[in-house]
Amino acid sequence: MKFGIIQFPGSNCDHDAFYATKFNLGAESEYIWHKETVLPNNLDCIILPGGFSYGDYLRTGSIASISPVMRAVKEFADKGGYVIGICNGFQILTESGLLPGVLLRNTSLKFICKDIYLKVENKTTSFTSAITKDVLRIPIAHNEGNYFAQNETIKELEDTGRIVFRYSSPEGIVSTEYNPNGAINNIAGIVNEKGNVLGMMPHPERYSDEMLGCNDGLMVFESLLATINNK
Amino acid sequence: MKRYSVKIYITLREGILDVQGKTVEHALHSISFDTLSDLKIGKFIRLNVEAENIDNARKLIDDACKQLIANPIIEDYQIDLEEI
Repeated sequence: MKFGIIQFPGSNCDHDAFYATKFNLGAESEYIWHKETVLPNNLDCIILPGGFSYGDYLRTGSIASISPVMRAVKEFADKGGYVIGICNGFQILTESGLLPGVLLRNTSLKFICKDIYLKVENKTTSFTSAITKDVLRIPIAHNEGNYFAQNETIKELEDTGRIVFRYSSPEGIVSTEYNPNGAINNIAGIVNEKGNVLGMMPHPERYSDEMLGCNDGLMVFESLLATINNK
Repeated sequence: MKRYSVKIYITLREGILDVQGKTVEHALHSISFDTLSDLKIGKFIRLNVEAENIDNARKLIDDACKQLIANPIIEDYQIDLEEI
């Protein structure tokens, strides 16, 4: 299995994503500069990493969404290729139209950097099928993680099981008390209609190595590896 | 070709909580500006554009707003044009 990690000016979780996929998961992994217009051969999954692409100017993810490489990423996704957008990567996916909605500023107006708990709402997706727990502990680090979409979009996401992760208590209770940023219905991660594009605000790549005291995040990548291997 | 000065005002759409606006409003209330209300914070963008006429200029700027400058899911925008 081969990952491609897109590097935008201002990406800062690209190396973490590379380390997690190459050394923790044991897959092939390579960086792709945002000016590229052709993707490397035999890619299975593209990761849009976290960070502050283009300094978060205008709106988070907006300028990266029209970067040269994004045209190729869209074609890749349209053909069924797997795409994971983490944090700023999620923001880029919504701005580019690959995922619905938008990430607004946290209601607290604070940049939040801490461990949170995520209830895994759907274990049938390509990104969650090998997750053995009901609740994951994963860090967040963002200023704009407040997921918003029109009512009809939220209803569609809910009705079709496309909300993959929700902020919760360690026991999996989903309530406003455990919502760090004001996201509608505690939404922390969603997939597109075809199920091949995942966007999530928490950082699974930061908790993929046992040495860090928690490797819950690795199960996201392991799920995808299992999906690819079973094809 | 004519040249136009363009001002674009971007605000959050009605119904989207403007937390930044609310915070500044509360801060103003705390220093006795009690009569202020409905404070909204948005963005102001200024640029020049060349076009054959004002309609073409407006259409071009409108396209730019739709494609990048604003996000229609959460933002409204107003375009003011003036020939220079």
